[in-house]
Amino acid sequence: MDSINPILLIASLMVASTPILLAALGEMVVEKAGVLNLGVEGMMITGAVVGFAIGVNSGSSALGFVSAALAGAALSMVFAIITQVLLANQVATGLGLTLFGLGLSSLIGKPYVGVKAPGFAKLDIPFLSDIPVLGPILFRHDPMVYLSLILVAVVWYLLARTRVGLILRAVGENHAAAHALGYKVVRVRFAAIATGGAMAGLGGAYVSLVRVPQWVEGMTAGAGWIALAIVVFASWRPWRILLGAYLFGGITVLQLNLQAAGSSIPVEYLSMSPYLVTILVLVIISVRGNHGAPGSLGRVFHASQ
Amino acid sequence: MKMITKLLAGATLGLTMAGPVLAQDDPTKVGFIYIGPVGDGGWTYEHDQGRLAVEEEFGDAVETVYQENVPESADAERAITQMALSGADLIFTTSFGYMDPTMAVAEKFPDVKFEHATGYKRADNVSTYSARFYEGRAIQGHIAGNLTESNIIGYIGSFPIPEVIRGMNAAFLHAKKVNPDVEFKIVWAFTWFDPAKEADAAKALIDQGADVVLQHTDSTAPQAAAQEAGGVYTFGQASDMSEYAPMPRVSSIIDDWAPYYIARTQAVMDGTWESTDTWDGIGPGMVGIGEITDAVPADVKEEALALKDAIASGEYHPFTGPINKQDGSVWLAEGETADDGTLLGMDFFVEGINAEIPN
Repeated sequence: MDSINPILLIASLMVASTPILLAALGEMVVEKAGVLNLGVEGMMITGAVVGFAIGVNSGSSALGFVSAALAGAALSMVFAIITQVLLANQVATGLGLTLFGLGLSSLIGKPYVGVKAPGFAKLDIPFLSDIPVLGPILFRHDPMVYLSLILVAVVWYLLARTRVGLILRAVGENHAAAHALGYKVVRVRFAAIATGGAMAGLGGAYVSLVRVPQWVEGMTAGAGWIALAIVVFASWRPWRILLGAYLFGGITVLQLNLQAAGSSIPVEYLSMSPYLVTILVLVIISVRGNHGAPGSLGRVFHASQ
Repeated sequence: MKMITKLLAGATLGLTMAGPVLAQDDPTKVGFIYIGPVGDGGWTYEHDQGRLAVEEEFGDAVETVYQENVPESADAERAITQMALSGADLIFTTSFGYMDPTMAVAEKFPDVKFEHATGYKRADNVSTYSARFYEGRAIQGHIAGNLTESNIIGYIGSFPIPEVIRGMNAAFLHAKKVNPDVEFKIVWAFTWFDPAKEADAAKALIDQGADVVLQHTDSTAPQAAAQEAGGVYTFGQASDMSEYAPMPRVSSIIDDWAPYYIARTQAVMDGTWESTDTWDGIGPGMVGIGEITDAVPADVKEEALALKDAIASGEYHPFTGPINKQDGSVWLAEGETADDGTLLGMDFFVEGINAEIPN
């Protein structure tokens, strides 16, 4: 009884990591386009409350997720207009977006405190989910876990293998040059910011509809900031985002399980380990001299410059 | 106008420093510092109910302000200072970790009265107050020990501080009394409020075989996790959490701060406020026991209620010897009851709990 079941552990770490995976992947797309949006937490919590509200009212979690994505994208458009059209400072605007999202969500969420979430069916594929070991790990999740994994592949493919991805990266690396080549820098960035917002919204809704599942004020509790850290940890690469998210999520779940199992490893070391790994990765990156950050990240672009 | 100020303030991370209110007489201004959001459904929610009761009681004679989501860090000192600067006459700081910040700010504002919840440091203008939650924990332990079939009771702790350790010991002693085979599995979340982490902690305990989960964190997330798992019993913490009754939530500990907050506000108005140390339990009504649902067998419910009455009347103390410490040394001899000093500084587990307290 005193040992951890590794199969259950892996299955639950996938669930715990999905919100930060979605949000971090979205933020990476935004940053690849040269925009730093620190409002991830605000968009996540807005997605969480909107997804929950629509899910409860319609009885359909799927509809809740779609609405959460739309809400996250809508909120990110506020950021896009302020930073891309009005050319405001991205850091300040992003922080403002987080504060705004937290306040807005508690306002919207007031009637939903203590309300129960609609169920979200897990995939139970006959035969496949009965395979020992692999079944519970791979084939018994809810659809969002699979969607998040598919999205990692899609983002990787789009960025690395398509013309759209090339344009996006060009805009992020050197917006003046991209502009000179005739690409619509602001338009591309609007699209990237909306994508990031939608994915943060999905991540938030996953917390309120699946992981917890209920609405509590401030329930994302800093997940958006961890997502931002993961983007740096991953040095802006999709597969490393997956690794980073599962590492962060995995250690959280692992340390809780170790405690429940009565392990003697001090909790503090485990809690601190993801951050230590991040620092280590940053050191390695800077020693190698190639940090991988997009060249125009966080810089204001105006066509006249 | 006040409504609009409140809404706007709410939108900026709960900075509810409402603007000056137009009133003829200067109302007594009462401030509250909260660790979580008022909508947490637990600890902070109940403090805010106390605040609303003060408003209800005194009407226009008081003005209340609050700030939510204040971390137990340097931020707390800033928030308390700001509240004192904005003209508050009485400030309640409602989490253990605000102890030192409260003392520091109180020194700078000798004319403002401070009330710190669950702490142990006082000054001429700083009172402390707390509730004897452990009395409720004893009743929880009694019910939990009877209900568990796996004989594993999970416990989600926040921080390893005396208040939390006391609750664990009280619950364990009374669970053990009715079920000698019972075992406690303890997870420290190192947070008061993080729904996702609390839910994960509950799931980890359930995965490890716990069929009763007790929590000493503030949100309702563990209740939701237990409900999803099915066949797991929980207890409401700080607030009734009755939306999860009759299952998984089979009873609860309710903190009722309203009478205390009203009395202290009255004392400030009358000019009779003095630095005091209040520690009340079930008897005076500061700790309430939420309805025990039908998921609990009738005889167990009856015993639990009898235990509650015995504690309320002072006839029975939840820490009555013989009790040994975890290392086997004697803490309380036969018939001896614990003194408040030891309880307030409790930093050890009792014999039988197979876990260690992190530093």
